[in-house]
Amino acid sequence: MMFGMGILKGLWVTLKNFVTSYFCKPGSGGIFTVQYPEERCAEFENFRNFPFLVYDGSPDKIRCVACGICERECPPKCISITMATDAAVPNTVDQKNIKVGAGKPARRPEIFNIDYSLCMNCGMCEAVCPFDSIYMDHAFETTAMGNRTDLLKHKEDLLKSNDYFLKVRPTLAAAVTEKRRIAEEKKRAAAQPPQGPAL
Amino acid sequence: MPLPIEEVKKELSTRLPDVKLRVVRDSLLIENPADLTRVALFLKESPAFRMDYLSSVTGADYLDHLESVYHLYSMEKKHGPIALRVRVPKTNAKIPSLVPVYRGAEYQEREAYDTFGILYEGHPDLRRLFMWEGFEGFPLRKDYEQEDTETLETADVAWLEARGIAVPNGMKQKAEELKAAGKRAVAQKPEKPKN
Amino acid sequence: MANTFEIKQTENPSMLEINFGPQHPSTHGVFRMNVMLEGEKVCALKPVMGYLHRNQEQIAENLPYAAIMPYTDRLDYINAMSNNFGYALAVEKLAGIEVPERAEYIRVIMAELTRIVNHMAVIGFLLNDLGAFFTPVLYAFREREKILDIFEEVSGSRMMCNYFRFGGVKRDLTAENLAAIGGIVAKLPAFLDEFEALLTKNEILCMRCQHVGVLPADFAINSSITGPVLRASGVNYDIRKVDGYSIYNRFDFKIPLGTKGDVYDRYYVRILEMRESLKILKQALSKIPQGEILNKKTLPLLKMPRNLKPSVGEAYARIESPKGELGYYLVSDGTPQPWRYHVRAPSLINLTVLEDICLGQKIADAIIILGSIDIVLGETDR
Repeated sequence: MMFGMGILKGLWVTLKNFVTSYFCKPGSGGIFTVQYPEERCAEFENFRNFPFLVYDGSPDKIRCVACGICERECPPKCISITMATDAAVPNTVDQKNIKVGAGKPARRPEIFNIDYSLCMNCGMCEAVCPFDSIYMDHAFETTAMGNRTDLLKHKEDLLKSNDYFLKVRPTLAAAVTEKRRIAEEKKRAAAQPPQGPAL
Repeated sequence: MPLPIEEVKKELSTRLPDVKLRVVRDSLLIENPADLTRVALFLKESPAFRMDYLSSVTGADYLDHLESVYHLYSMEKKHGPIALRVRVPKTNAKIPSLVPVYRGAEYQEREAYDTFGILYEGHPDLRRLFMWEGFEGFPLRKDYEQEDTETLETADVAWLEARGIAVPNGMKQKAEELKAAGKRAVAQKPEKPKN
Repeated sequence: MANTFEIKQTENPSMLEINFGPQHPSTHGVFRMNVMLEGEKVCALKPVMGYLHRNQEQIAENLPYAAIMPYTDRLDYINAMSNNFGYALAVEKLAGIEVPERAEYIRVIMAELTRIVNHMAVIGFLLNDLGAFFTPVLYAFREREKILDIFEEVSGSRMMCNYFRFGGVKRDLTAENLAAIGGIVAKLPAFLDEFEALLTKNEILCMRCQHVGVLPADFAINSSITGPVLRASGVNYDIRKVDGYSIYNRFDFKIPLGTKGDVYDRYYVRILEMRESLKILKQALSKIPQGEILNKKTLPLLKMPRNLKPSVGEAYARIESPKGELGYYLVSDGTPQPWRYHVRAPSLINLTVLEDICLGQKIADAIIILGSIDIVLGETDR
């Protein structure tokens, strides 16, 4: 074989790739990139980026009860939660002249901060939550102007509705919604007074 | 193919009778650190074992002593591992280096020196591997106190001012206070989570 | 760093000490080499590491075992699935957890896909260092993207997979996933033929890579070299065959060996290993059984990771990662956090021989020798 045959074969390969990139489809020789941001690739359902909190219907029906399990299990410790306390029931005092209900822990978070600059998208918070309230979102265009200011997301930035959850992660959201519906029905059935035997 | 540790101990006791050995957690503890090179050389050359490949050298801190753990395999006979251990006190942590026997121990012993402070005698170039020269302390020891990166010490203030960077007065004062108290800038331990 | 070497510069005026600084496009990360040159020949070379040192071993001493899994992704950040595999094996050895059949097959499939992903990246970057500016890299990355899409669909992330759990894997493979992997396995041999036509007999590659950076076999064994670098020097040692961990002893595959141990052999061994990985993948895809993917006893650990308290003891588990022997050494003291966690990183130990095989070569050859040893700084510095 003459000297230089290897180089010529290589040049043939690059020429072939160059020409087919104009004519073939993306999977088999064509251009396989898209002109982002005008065109976008389809997103996979399971892609996990940063967490978000789910509410049912309106933002005050938040599913999170501020148990703190996700805060404890998060490996880089990027979540910080403060449980809300009940306001006092008006015009009531108990024997010690203290307003009834004041300061009692309410099962919802008052402060729920996630530091996006620490979060490493591992998904442990989603895995350990017992109340189906924190899930991993797809949103990856999260540029911010300040590290300490804009990347520290508060509860308001994290709350997204169950409809958004269904849109972004259909199979998982459908399974969770079904599970909650069944649990809700069982609770309702147990709460009804027992009916006597049919006469 | 794994090698049962009792057989290894028996063979070593017959061939090197003056070396004291003990089986600890599926590995051989060499009671006298000075015997390490002889044991390793024997395991490498003996026709029964031919452990020519040193897979891993690790340090460990057990609060009252430091340990150096070695895992040996054989590429010729494709068996192993034989795990060896050596224990030394923290104040006088000297272990003979295995670099004359296995060249592959070079960087791993440097790492054990950098993170635990175990001094390997006979190592050709024992200096820190990951931390910069002049770093004080051994990070992986259990009693290592992490320094607080946001508080300056007097040495840091001097370094900054020598390069013409102005240091705010509050930070300078805190550095002087630390120096007067003879303390280093130590990070606060993270609080235990509430639940 | 002044006075790195004993040769004083004033003795020989043609000696020049260069810092191949941490910022360099060809050092595969933040890696620094102090090189003493005489003209263009290398007289001495000292690697300096630690620019990516994150002290993962100490972070792990404060976390429960399951929380360390995302950190293992970030060791050798190109092969996250392999790192997860080694760590899962180590904890399963420590705690005595068994893995169901389907999960074993899925693990092997992921490990072999990772091997292909890694070797494509390595060969691509080696060619980049040689001067074939980005054409082979992007051809290889085009195929690599298909595998990364599978990783994203299955585990949620292209590179930081966090997919393995103790006693199995996190999510099952659906029929579409298996069909996609089958499609890749069917099309990849044709791509490898084209890639080889571009590279293997290329005269420039041969002249630059053959007889450069020769590593003798007995020196390699004594320096604890493992992986394709060792096999290119002719030593038949592959942990998949020697230890037979997981279910590798059920598959039929050969171990490619080199003869001379130069840069060309290391490149060619990687091409052949990719072909052997495709063989394993084909066999695994045809034999994968139905079943569960996670040991039932460890299912509650997914919600309560702190309940995993292995009994007091230690374990050292090793796998054949694409770069060499990746070992995990764990010591448990009965609490949910490990007492000692150490990673035996192949990239760090394979660098032991860098100085010796670069002596006498030209500086341009020193770069491709570093590229052929295949280091990744996340693993070297941990």
